[in-house]
Amino acid sequence: MTDRQAPAIRAEDLRKEYGRKVAVRRLSLSVPVGTIFGFLGPNGAGKSTSIKMLLDLVRPTSGRATVLGAPAGDVETRRRIGFLPEHFRFYDWLTPPELLRLHGRLCGMSAVRLRERVPALLDLVGLTPHRDKRLWEFSKGMMQRAGLAQALVHEPDLVFLDEPTSGLDPMGRRLVRDIIRAERDRGATVFLNSHLLSEVEVTCDQVAFIRDGEIVASRDLRDDGSGRVGVVARVRNLSAHALAGLGAWTSDAALEGDELRFSVPSAIVLPDVLRHLVGAGADVSSFAPQRTSLEELFVRIVGEDRGL
Amino acid sequence: MGWATMAGVTIREAARKRLLWTALVVAVGFLVLFGLALHYQVQDFAARSTIPFLRYQIVSAMLMIGLYVVDLLAVLMTILTSVETISGEIASGTIQAIAIKPVPRWQLLCGKWVGSAVMVLAFVALTFGGTIVVAWWMGGVVPEHPLQGGLLVSLECLLALAVTFAAGTWFSTLTNGVLVLGLFGLAFMGGWLEQMSGFTESARLVTIGIVTSLIMPSEALWRRAVFEMQTPLAGALPFSPFATVSIPSATMIGYAVCYLLVALGVAVWHFHARDL
Repeated sequence: MTDRQAPAIRAEDLRKEYGRKVAVRRLSLSVPVGTIFGFLGPNGAGKSTSIKMLLDLVRPTSGRATVLGAPAGDVETRRRIGFLPEHFRFYDWLTPPELLRLHGRLCGMSAVRLRERVPALLDLVGLTPHRDKRLWEFSKGMMQRAGLAQALVHEPDLVFLDEPTSGLDPMGRRLVRDIIRAERDRGATVFLNSHLLSEVEVTCDQVAFIRDGEIVASRDLRDDGSGRVGVVARVRNLSAHALAGLGAWTSDAALEGDELRFSVPSAIVLPDVLRHLVGAGADVSSFAPQRTSLEELFVRIVGEDRGL
Repeated sequence: MGWATMAGVTIREAARKRLLWTALVVAVGFLVLFGLALHYQVQDFAARSTIPFLRYQIVSAMLMIGLYVVDLLAVLMTILTSVETISGEIASGTIQAIAIKPVPRWQLLCGKWVGSAVMVLAFVALTFGGTIVVAWWMGGVVPEHPLQGGLLVSLECLLALAVTFAAGTWFSTLTNGVLVLGLFGLAFMGGWLEQMSGFTESARLVTIGIVTSLIMPSEALWRRAVFEMQTPLAGALPFSPFATVSIPSATMIGYAVCYLLVALGVAVWHFHARDL
């Protein structure tokens, strides 16, 4: 039985030990249906093991997870799941259409549906000109495109993409980004594991940071104005009264010469702050919200590289 | 019907990688060589006016040698062609994209086993049946119970396949190959030691043979097949691959069938339980 109202993924205290080594310490997360969820962390943080536990490729030592409302590994639910492994490899004696037909058949797709779906999908990932080649002739990037196509062949409700853009050129990355968004627009949930933070930043709705096998932070990246925002403004003729009036929104306003710095709990209040300054007679020549890039956030949350 | 899809993929892979055609060439080459040898031998018999009894016995012995080679060839081919099937796909990660499909893991494994088994049985049918047909055509000789013999050799190959699959869920390809070939070598050695007891009359050699048959009953299946197929005179020879010093019982055949089923069950269980 699956619960279609449940989050696409819910993990509670998942733990995986390999002998004395703890690969995932305590993974708890919830991924809403219809979102693009970024899963970020340094090498060896436990990202791939976490994905494999959610897909039942790896059995957790403890904890539990539900995927699309059913326990992780439920055979029938797998019909609604697609997966691109980090290093996609498959029977290299197949041609791309044969690869897709095989995966489609294993997902229970009919021959009629596959006849329509396979050419369309090959076209989508740009492999139509290479449809008669064997996979052993493919470059890493072409193999990645084939892997992406097999993950989507049955139009799954939930897609796990483990480093989908590795090996792809800039055009390929853009293609993957567009496909991921199209999947979200179709209503699918995308669970994305990627090292390319700039890609994640422009693609994902939410991100979670994993370090040492544990979720240490999560952020909503959708532009809904939530989250603390710093502001740097160039202001002249700012009276003491007007400066004190900023206390309605912020407690850390500081003026040094013409430069006014402060932070507010949410970007939603910024228009009110600007109106206040102008209304108080200040000359505002610039007003720039300072967004923290995902890369800065990543370094802040996960920490500097401890290697070398 | 995920298992049927996987069985079909396994057969198609063998065809694409030219494994089927290579095996076919080997089989045909073997049959041509065997037929040529029989042809010349029969010509020599005619030139020397050999008496029919001796002629029959010699051609029968040649037939058993041919079937002995078929048995060895089939078992080796079974192991070599299947040793990478499970362990290789686990090591390369190929299995990951398949194992998340809505097909239970037991069907994935059994499908691959069935596909491999179909090819192995086809190879046995071609070489074993071909050898018998050639011997009948060239020398007018047929074994005593060819069907029983063929079934026992087929069972031996399926046993090899099940053990290779079971070990493949645990070990790397190389370790799997060494382990399974080692087990079959052990059984081979045990079988010969048991045959040697016909010369030495050592009960302890017989015991060693029985113990090795319990560890790996493959050689016992071949010796039972020989017992079923050979002429009484050939069976009376005390020290040869075809001697009937110690005939494996029907219980041992039943044990081999159980061994096969347990090996396949272990393969299914461990493939289901392990991380991929």
